[in-house]
This record gives sequence, structure tokens and C-alpha cells, in this order.
Amino acid sequence: MPMTMTQKILADHAGLDSVAPGDLIEAKLDYVLGNDVTTPPAIKVFEQLGVKDVFDKDRVLMIQDHFTPNKDIKSAELNKTMRCFAREHEITHYYELGRKEMGIEHVILPDNGIVLPGDLVIGADSHTCTYGALGSFSTGVGSTDLACAMARGVTWFKVPEAIRINLKGTFKKFVTGKDLILSIIGKIGVDGALYKSLEFDGEGIKALSMDQRLTVCNMAIECGAKNGIFPVDNYTLKYISRTNPERFIKSDYKIYTADEDASYSRVIDIDLNDIDLTVALPHLPSNTKKASECTDMKIDQVVIGSCTNGRLEDIGAAATILQGIKVHKDVRCIVIPGSQKVFRQALDNGWLQILDDAGCVISTPTCGPCLGGHMGVLAKGERCVSTTNRNFVGRMGDPESEVILSGVPVAAASAVLGRVGTPDEL
Amino acid sequence: MKVSGRVFKYGDNIDTDVIIPARYLTSADPDHLKEHCMEDIDISFKDRVKPGDIMVAGKNFGCGSSREHAPVAIKASGISLVIAEDFARIFYRNSINVGLPILECPEAAQKINEGDEIEADFDTGVIKDITTGESFNAKAFPEFIKNIMANGGLVGYTRSGM
Repeated sequence: MPMTMTQKILADHAGLDSVAPGDLIEAKLDYVLGNDVTTPPAIKVFEQLGVKDVFDKDRVLMIQDHFTPNKDIKSAELNKTMRCFAREHEITHYYELGRKEMGIEHVILPDNGIVLPGDLVIGADSHTCTYGALGSFSTGVGSTDLACAMARGVTWFKVPEAIRINLKGTFKKFVTGKDLILSIIGKIGVDGALYKSLEFDGEGIKALSMDQRLTVCNMAIECGAKNGIFPVDNYTLKYISRTNPERFIKSDYKIYTADEDASYSRVIDIDLNDIDLTVALPHLPSNTKKASECTDMKIDQVVIGSCTNGRLEDIGAAATILQGIKVHKDVRCIVIPGSQKVFRQALDNGWLQILDDAGCVISTPTCGPCLGGHMGVLAKGERCVSTTNRNFVGRMGDPESEVILSGVPVAAASAVLGRVGTPDEL
Repeated sequence: MKVSGRVFKYGDNIDTDVIIPARYLTSADPDHLKEHCMEDIDISFKDRVKPGDIMVAGKNFGCGSSREHAPVAIKASGISLVIAEDFARIFYRNSINVGLPILECPEAAQKINEGDEIEADFDTGVIKDITTGESFNAKAFPEFIKNIMANGGLVGYTRSGM
């Protein structure tokens, strides 16, 4: 039976020749991920299971990023629970803050060369779907699934149907993958891909760098998708030759390609030339509008960062736009490089100096304000343009605050304008 | 297994950030979480909810963050069942795993009103609105998921198989 990329990865990891949508399978996991919010409850469940050790200390990853550096005593206790477990079980991929490997989970797993094409990854974080950009299958789960997977290295899946997103053309100036994924969510709705895989293809994928593909797959969950996935091409191979040269040279990864006659429940054709600079207005990621139509919306804060847009290209784009100009007097512009590596490279490139000169706050890598944790929580009535992924009620602070989602160019331009705006207005 | 109770009705796309805001995720203790369940959209929920009550909502219930704290908070608040048109997939998995009963039934989700008294039978999937007299059929769970629920969640189920 013809299969999609996702279906092939699932079949292979379940030891089956083929699978069909709706099949319930048990599949072997290459990596199992948790963070400082979701791992502590998983550890509790793990202990109830009565298992002594994790299935593989190299394949269970524990990344502290949500409330770190710890924002209060309770979050410090949570982190301590994870740290003690990681030390006791000699977890390879547990890092302390500030180390060169460290950062936001979905920024560092691809960038440190841990996840490679063909891998099957689950993580107790909904944005685990990010790694589909590398041609792998990855999806979010909860803490109990995480605990059982930590113990056994397997989990059950329902094989998803697929939606194919067929891309052609190239982006207009300043338009990025963030505008593409916001446009898709706007078109199909926050439940438009519920339980399904979102499979990107077509010659238009060449318009998307790896950093942009990671952004696109990151937000697949925001239209309900189980995962987002890109085919492996020269961009992917060049990327992994840098992130993991050892395994790249040995061809120690697996490329899956969709069968020509694979079936899709829906095919969406998109000409990238038609995508505009896009924002998602409160309070759903699907509430999209052209940024140029929202220029009357005044703002109090801008956040540039997160697992969605905290990569090197993103910080570079912010620096390019903010070079030699100042953030609006009534706006706080918070820039959060997604990892220590991104932070250091942006420092070496002179970008952090540019951003500092522009009047931005530059933060240590953290999820922080994205989920209203710390480092930029909003007060009642405040409005923020943010390159993060969710604008739900109360997401970044007070239930009466507002988050407008955008890509980096709109966020940086808005920081200068003091309202929603686009770089060509500067 | 049968449950019955009074209905709390909500709309579409109820996300896990409103079920339990991230600012309360510094503890996973169910007694702490229930104190803040739904507070950003229904501040009086925690004071009005009684053990056995039932939550009914529209499409895509539980979308957003994968936090398992969300179904735990609902369960700890005393809710015996959530009925929705459909559920976001991570929430669906998490609910089964922590033993929060859920049923997908678009017709029931649309027709049942706030405050109605209803009863539901997980084995048959039949939902009865006692207030209006209407009856609905939800998809019953496949056998292995019923087994997870019968074991009180994935922990009990996994232990029973180890």
C-alpha cells in the first residue's frame, strides 16, 4: 500500500512493512524528551511504575528551559527534581544553564545534531513537532506517556491521515516561513489538521531555509496536526553535515520519501508569492490578518525569540532591521536567543551590540514570556507583538492582556513604530 | 461504568492555557491545580463545581500545550466526564492516560445546555439529557483504551502488563 513519509517512518519503527491511517501500532522510539515543567510529574509516574532504569540514558533527554533560570522557589524545586533524576540516571543530554549545548529544547535538539532524518521522537512538550523539518517524525505527548516511554522506549500511535501542502514560488521581501505557517493556520483553522500529519512538498520548499522549516513544523500543532514534515533535500544534508559531521559522513541516518501515489485527505496548493507579512490577532493563532491592515494597533511590548523564532537567522533578521535605529520610547523589546550557541554566534557577529544599541533587552535563552512564565509577563490591558506560537487568553500574563503573533521582521518593525507595522514603513 | 451530573458548558477551542494557566504549573499537585482550573474564562467554576458534574464543550477541546496538568486539574475539580465535538490529540491521550473520562459526540455537544442534568454510560456510549429527555450516541472506546481506563490510567495498565 502506498504511504506518506510519516506513515513510512511509523511503519519502520513498528517493524511493519506497511501501515494505513487509523492503524494502532506500537513503535520504537529514537528519542524521548521532557522539560522542567513536564518531567517532574513524569518522574513521579516513573517511580510508580517500579522500573529501576530508563531504557537508554543516551536517548532520554531532559532539558530545563521553561521557568529557567528559575523564577521562584517552586520552579527551582521542580528543576531540582529533574536535575537529581538526571544525575542519578546519568542522563547524557541533561545540561546546566550557560553551557554551549544549552538552550530551548526545540532549538538545541536539531542544532546539536541529536535528531537526524528518519528519527522517531516523542516529547512532553507540544512543540516537539519541530523536528519534522529534518525529515523525522516527532510529536508531543503528556507526562504519563513520557514516563512510560522513558521506561520502555516504545509507545503506541494511531497512524495519521495526511494533508499535503504543495509549495511553489518564492517569498516576497521580508516574508518568511512564519508568515507561511500563520497563513496555513488562518486558512484551515486551529483544528484544520486535527489528528493528521502535515506533509510539505513541492519545488517551493527551496524558498525555506532549515531555520524557517523548523519554524513551520514547530507550529504544525497550532492547527491540531500530529506532526509536520519536510522531505530531505540538499538543505537538510548540508545542515546535518554541520550539526553532526560524524554521523553525516557515515550516512548514519535514514531518508524516507513519500510514495508518488500516497493518499492525502486534502491537498493544499500554495504559491509563496501570494503570502503576505501576516499576524495572528488575539486570541487564536488562526485569527490571521495582513500586518499592513493592523497598523492602528498600538503595542507595549515586543518579544523576539522562543522555540518558534529564536534561531540564528531570526536574531540576524532582527539586527538587520534594528541596525542604527531605536526601539519606540513606549515599547519594551525583549530579544531571547534560543540557545547559548545562537547567543554566542549573535555576539560574535556583532548583532547583540546592534540590538543593545537599539534599546532592546537581551535575555538568556528561556521559554520565559512565551507562556507567561517570566522575563516579560504582561499586565492587564497590555498588548505584545511576539514571534512566539500562541496568543490564547492569558498566555503571556493577565487574562485581559493581548498577544499578536508575527514573524521577526514585523516584530522588529513594530518595536520601532510603537504599533503593528512592517519593515518597509521604516 | 455510568456517571451523572450537572453540565458546565463551554465553547470551541478551549485551550490548555485557560484550563490551567502556565503561571500555576510550578506545582503538579492536583489539589493545587483544581484551585485554578478554568479561572481565566470562568472565575467561579471552582466554587460552583460539585463532584460528578460534567463538562460539555465544542470543537478541539484541550488544544495547545501538552501539559498533563490540564486533564489532572479537571479531574481533581470533581468533573466525572468531558463531552466535546472533538478533542485535540495530546489532550485526548493525556485524558486517557490520567483516567479522565471523555466522550466525542458532536450532537450531544451542540444540544446539551448549561445546567442540564445528564447521565452517560461509557460501555455503550449512550448519553442521556435528563432535563430535556434527549438521548445521544457517542463512539464507544476500543477495547484496549477501555482497559487503560479500567486500570485507572496508563500507569495501572502498564503495571498490569509488566
